[in-house]
Amino acid sequence: MKLQKSTGLALVSVLEAAAHPERQIAAAEIAEKYGVSPHHLAKVLRELGRAGIMESARGVGGGYRFAGNARRLTLMDVIELFEDISAGAAEDKGTAATEVGRALDRVLTEIDEIARATFRSITIDTMLKLVERGRRSVRPAAPVPAVV
Amino acid sequence: MARATVGSEAATETLRVRQVQTADLDQVIAIDARVTGVEKTDYWYEVFHRYGTRGGRQRFFFVAELDGAVEGFVVGEVRDWEFGEPPCGWVFGVAVRPEARLAGIGSRLLEALHSAFRAAGVTKARTLVARDNHLVLSFFRSQGMMAAPFIALESDID
Repeated sequence: MKLQKSTGLALVSVLEAAAHPERQIAAAEIAEKYGVSPHHLAKVLRELGRAGIMESARGVGGGYRFAGNARRLTLMDVIELFEDISAGAAEDKGTAATEVGRALDRVLTEIDEIARATFRSITIDTMLKLVERGRRSVRPAAPVPAVV
Repeated sequence: MARATVGSEAATETLRVRQVQTADLDQVIAIDARVTGVEKTDYWYEVFHRYGTRGGRQRFFFVAELDGAVEGFVVGEVRDWEFGEPPCGWVFGVAVRPEARLAGIGSRLLEALHSAFRAAGVTKARTLVARDNHLVLSFFRSQGMMAAPFIALESDID
C-alpha cells in the first residue's frame, strides 16, 4: 500500500500542527520544511479545514491551527479524507478471474488489512509520543571534556 | 490474546492496583463478560489458580480497585524461549469496566505488570491483539507498543 502525495502532506501537516496546538503554523513553514509545493499544500490544508481537523486564521500572522482531538483522531481518519484504502477499493487488474490471480489477491489483501489495522490503531497523540521518543533517542550525548 | 477494552488518562488518586483475591473473581468475570460478551466462569477460576496467589514469580494477575470495587484487571506471564525468543513478558488479558475508562486505569494496570516483568528480569513485553479490535490496539499503541518482529499464523485443521 502506497499513500498518495496529498495524504502524506496531510499527515505531516496535522502532526506539525498538533505538536504545537497553541500556535498557528504558516503553510509556507510546512512547505519549506518538507520541500513541497505551497500551492499543493494549500489545497491539502483547505481539505483538512473543511473536515474540522485544522482551522485557519486570515491576515498577517495567519496560518493553521490544529482543531481536532489528538487522542481520538487516528491516522486512518486523516487518510480517508484523501483516498479510499478500504477493503475492495484497490483497482481490479483483472487477475482475480484466474486461480493464480485469486491466490495472489489473498496475499495482497492480507498485507492491506494489516496496514489498515495499523492506521486505525494509531492516534495523533500516539504519533506525537513516537516523534518525541525518536527525538530523545537521537539527542546527541553531552560533549566529553578534552583530556589534557 | 489481549481480550479486552481499556482507556487511559490522568491517574485516579485513590486507585489501587494489587494482586487478585478470591473475592474479586465475580467482578473480574462480570467485567470480562461485558467486554467480550461471553461469560467464562470456569475459565477465570482456572486462570486464578494458575496466575493468582499460586502464580509464583513468573505469573501475574492484578486488579485495579477503586473505592472497594474492581474496575479492571490484567493478566500476564514471563515465558522463557517461547517461539525461540529469549524470556519476555506476555500480556494475556487486560480489561477495564466501560464506565471507568479514560481515567488511566488501563495504563496503571499495564505499569504494574511491567514492574512485575522487570522484577522477574525481563525487559520486553509482548501481546497479541485481533487486528479488528481497534480499541485495544489503540490502547497498546498509546502505551508505546509497536509491531513485534513476528507474524501470527493460523490454519483450519481438517
